[in-house]
Amino acid sequence: MAEIVIKGVAKQFGAFTALHSVDLTIHDQEFMVLLGASGCGKTTLLRIIAGLETPSQGEVWIGGRRVDHLPPRARGIAMVFQNYAVFPHLTVFENIAFGLRMAKLPQAEVTRRVTRTAELMHIEQLLKRYSGELSGGQRQRVAVARALAMEPDVILMDEPLSNLDALLRLEMRAELKGVLAASKTTTIYVTHDQVEAMSLADRISVMNGGFIVQADKPTQVYRNPAARFVGSFIGNPPMNFLPAKRGENGRWHVAGKDFDGPDVAAAEFAIRPEDMHPAKAGLEAEVRVVEPLGPHTLVTAQVAGQPFRAVLESDRAISPGEVITLAPIPDRIRWFDPETQEAIA
Amino acid sequence: MTAEASDVPVAATPQVAVNRAGRFLFWAGIGLLVLWVLVPIWFLFVNALSAPAEVTGFPKRFWPSFDLASVQFFWNFQGVTAALWNSVKVAVLTMILAIGMGAPAGYALSRFDFPGKEFFRVLVIMTRAFPLPLLALPLAVMFIRTGLDDTVLGLALVHAMLALPFAVLITFSLFSGIPVELEEAAWTLGCTRLQAFTKVVLPLALPGIMASAVFAFVISWNEVFAAAVLTIENRTLTAFLLQSLNVSPLPLKFAGGAALVLPALIFIFAVRKYLFAMWGIANR
Ligand SMILES: Nc1ncnc2c1ncn2[C@@H]1O[C@H](COP(=O)(O)OP(=O)(O)O)[C@@H](O)[C@H]1O
Ligand SMILES: [Mg+2]
Repeated sequence: MAEIVIKGVAKQFGAFTALHSVDLTIHDQEFMVLLGASGCGKTTLLRIIAGLETPSQGEVWIGGRRVDHLPPRARGIAMVFQNYAVFPHLTVFENIAFGLRMAKLPQAEVTRRVTRTAELMHIEQLLKRYSGELSGGQRQRVAVARALAMEPDVILMDEPLSNLDALLRLEMRAELKGVLAASKTTTIYVTHDQVEAMSLADRISVMNGGFIVQADKPTQVYRNPAARFVGSFIGNPPMNFLPAKRGENGRWHVAGKDFDGPDVAAAEFAIRPEDMHPAKAGLEAEVRVVEPLGPHTLVTAQVAGQPFRAVLESDRAISPGEVITLAPIPDRIRWFDPETQEAIA
Repeated sequence: MTAEASDVPVAATPQVAVNRAGRFLFWAGIGLLVLWVLVPIWFLFVNALSAPAEVTGFPKRFWPSFDLASVQFFWNFQGVTAALWNSVKVAVLTMILAIGMGAPAGYALSRFDFPGKEFFRVLVIMTRAFPLPLLALPLAVMFIRTGLDDTVLGLALVHAMLALPFAVLITFSLFSGIPVELEEAAWTLGCTRLQAFTKVVLPLALPGIMASAVFAFVISWNEVFAAAVLTIENRTLTAFLLQSLNVSPLPLKFAGGAALVLPALIFIFAVRKYLFAMWGIANR
């Protein structure tokens, strides 16, 4: 059992606040992804959980034990670093065995575990090599094997795939998912790549400027962004936003059209690009750029002077300069509070 | 060098002539510098390895006669072996002191942020800004009071102070070149700070630490001023040679000079890669 509970964790570097009060619970055996743009505090949060950084405020609990005063070695965690941190003076075998030897396991057990994890990561051919003789992808496998061999309660990974080329990244992503699911550890995985996050995560924590904005299942994060930021960060292309005005009839005027909306004073209209279809009545969009992508066509247009994107079926020919009418799917429309930027339920 | 100049006719464009002049100056400069260093060394070894009669002779032979009479004379000269042994003791102690204090300081500079860090770095170099002659007299007085005068430890302390800035700066750049993540990985794998240092950092830094140790050894081995002022009975080789300069015959001086230069040459050659790194010349 290794549930991780983060209570009010904050971190200041001098006058700069890297993390504002963060509260987060990661369930036992869950695969949690910390997703956010570069500099939003993902690594800082991960390092606080690992014990490599001390929080300015707050508590970290792992498996029912408060650990924020404990050194990394006493926390039952293993970590995979962005640059792999494979020890250059040790062979692959000794790298994987390093933590096991520190734990003073008997030689037979060390050999058994190294062999097993090496097979799992498909590096059993490389056990006698040094890290200088390995490719980036192989080093990355060694780093994961070294963490897995510890059979830790928690594995922490900081952008483990970001230094690999695109093809290898895809392959490793699928492999990691399988291996980590089988290992039954709790995983916290940091990335700035939303596709990676969506494909790996049980839950995604979207971070922005030192805050966790939303922590939820990938489909929830995608379909029901808790804040305007999440909608504009996740999705490629991201969500469209349009200003809205409350009419006397209680309906909302958006770009000259009326929509049913929430019963509040002010709101902003939002719709995902793929949640619209051309229709007789709808938002009038003046097409600027048309990009055929095969299965779909990406249309960049202007609606009421605002940039607006739509992903449409590719069977209809659309050309720049044309004005098309797009009807949003009613139950895919989302509303945000222009003041707080939060979603209106 | 590009092949461009070599097959151009002599009376070519002025540009080429300027290039040629520049190239000539370049190589002449290099030649001069090389001679500047090599001629005295050659002179030293030719004389040290020749028979005493040949030492005063002229012209010199390019290769020495490998007559060991001078060296033998030097070796058997009253007090030489004792002085040599003192030099070794002081240099080894200097090496231990300089690395023992310098390496932790270098590590702290590379790994920790602390108030006054930049000031400390300047201070480390500033220790070399005080001329030894200025310090020698107060030091001698202080050493006499504390009973450190004329001891191996006393001299080694002074030499360690001379070697310390280099030890700190070399080990600083050394430790800075070892990614912190390696240490952090070791911590997460069950190491204490000390274990991570001995199991990960030390093996990686050891060649460089050896290099700066050797450098400290050489600094002590070649230091003459403090040695001459602070020792009387327990002279090091440099101080001994200086003292007996006007009474000793010429072959002895050359053999002694060679004995001083040789270890320095060998050691510095062995660790040249790290000295380059220390001066910021990338050679990888
Ligand atoms: N040791 C540090 N000292 C000062 N500022 C830091 C330090 N570490 C991180 N920061 C700052 O904190 C912010 C968050 O950093 P980080 O957690 O590494 O972001 P991310 O991993 O999301 O890219 C950044 O603006 C970064 O500059
Ligand atoms: Mg980061």
